[in-house]
Amino acid sequence: MEYFETKVVGQERITDDIFVLKVERRDAVVAAGQFFMLKCWDNELTLMRPISLFKADEHTLYFMYRVIGKGTRRLSILRTGDSIMLLGSLGTGFPVQEVSGKVALVGGGLGIPPLCQTVRELHDLGVETDVFVGYRDTPFALVDFEPYAHAIFVATEKGNEGYRGFVTDLLKPEDYDAVFTCGPEIMMRKVAAICDATNTPCWCSMEHRMACGIGACFGCSIRTPEGMKRVCKDGPVFPAHLLFQK
Amino acid sequence: MTLSTTINGVFFKNPIIAASGTFGFGGEYNELYDVGCLGGISSKGLTLNPKDGNEGVRVYETPSGMMNSVGLQNPGVEAFIRDGIPAMRKLDTVLIANMGGSCIEDYVAGAEMLSKADIDMLELNISCPNVKSGGMAFGLKADVAKEVVTAVRQVCSKPLMVKMSPNAENIVEMALACEEAGADSLSLVNTFQAMAIDIRTRKSVFQNLYAGLSGPAIKPIALRMVHSVCKAVHVPVVGIGGIATATDVLEFLMVGATAVQIGTVNFNNPTAGRDILNDLEQLCQREGIDDLSQIRGIL
Repeated sequence: MEYFETKVVGQERITDDIFVLKVERRDAVVAAGQFFMLKCWDNELTLMRPISLFKADEHTLYFMYRVIGKGTRRLSILRTGDSIMLLGSLGTGFPVQEVSGKVALVGGGLGIPPLCQTVRELHDLGVETDVFVGYRDTPFALVDFEPYAHAIFVATEKGNEGYRGFVTDLLKPEDYDAVFTCGPEIMMRKVAAICDATNTPCWCSMEHRMACGIGACFGCSIRTPEGMKRVCKDGPVFPAHLLFQK
Repeated sequence: MTLSTTINGVFFKNPIIAASGTFGFGGEYNELYDVGCLGGISSKGLTLNPKDGNEGVRVYETPSGMMNSVGLQNPGVEAFIRDGIPAMRKLDTVLIANMGGSCIEDYVAGAEMLSKADIDMLELNISCPNVKSGGMAFGLKADVAKEVVTAVRQVCSKPLMVKMSPNAENIVEMALACEEAGADSLSLVNTFQAMAIDIRTRKSVFQNLYAGLSGPAIKPIALRMVHSVCKAVHVPVVGIGGIATATDVLEFLMVGATAVQIGTVNFNNPTAGRDILNDLEQLCQREGIDDLSQIRGIL
């Protein structure tokens, strides 16, 4: 974990409100499912913003995010050459080293980006990975998964592309040795439940408001059967049974 | 030039102290910079028994500040003595144990345990609700605060700093009451009780309805309170409230603070402690300040 200034090397608008910010990686060490705290302001805004890592190349970090407030709006107007402060990489990500055989990644909406770095790492480890992605209407980021995924299953709620309905309808956990999921809580709850029914190990990545991002302030604590856990440090990835009880 | 200072016989290498609740027990920030450069660290707020903290939203950004409703999530005094103190002792800085309580008995029991432990100072958080008398915070009425400080003083053999709430009915009367009850020093201010609404749910953002406001938004009010209190009391005062720059530090010292605590700024800039300290050295040089005593309390 480092706190460092770096340069924006690109910004791409994916949809009306979804952007991909590209920054120089410097020496950042990253792992699937981790996140960074970002800021491109001095003290006009008080807090840095937690954004999950979309993917990392040798020299570049990519962050895919939706503009939802003041901070993300500020991020979205960054242009090549602008400077930005990063704190990271942060948190406990997906346990890519602990799985083998066949893995399913299940993402919904803005929970999809962190699965991109995950499929890349699983691919490098030789783990066969199927990707299940659900969108409201228009799919995005599919090309980022294609080189690394064994198969990609697309669902859209409005039927624009792929299966019409929820992505969870497509998942058959019994076909996999592990399932990693990130997305709306209602979706992850469903994934956790169907994995539980087939005794398939499942990990979920949580989103939360944060202040420090490094485990010091307890601003993102959640209650689990094993006590209070900090989403920023103990997570954001947790075994499903800690988050969703039967 | 010397930035060092002494409070209640405890030597601080400089007047920058990390404020309770924003800095854990120092270990996380020590991964980013050597927090041994700081004058001191006030621990995450402790209670006699472990606490899970509040449900719902705990942190929320506001203009020039933030609100928090963490609710003193902490491992309890015993675990702190076992695990927290040895970890903090590795950090080469003054170790202040911050402790609150929900009744006088808990305050006393916790203070007794901490007093026997390897801490440099005890910072008493009196902003906690008194569950045995309707939930009103100890730190609002001078006579209630006096009662808890008197009780803790009797069992506390360490330097006792009382952290005051800006929500006190009268901050100067409160300060005088704490001093009279035996406080060796005062730190102020804690967060201001505040409110935020989610208009979509038509409810308070926070499950506890109100939450504590901190950050630069409160700095001018905190400065005024520190000034008023410094004029009235004889014990050292540690200034707290939205301090984010070296200039802010000098402002608090000029109104009479012996040292300062930095809290919310750690979230805006995780290396703020080191950065403000470096800036302070340069600022003092530029302003021709050789010793902080030259400017302390000049207003």
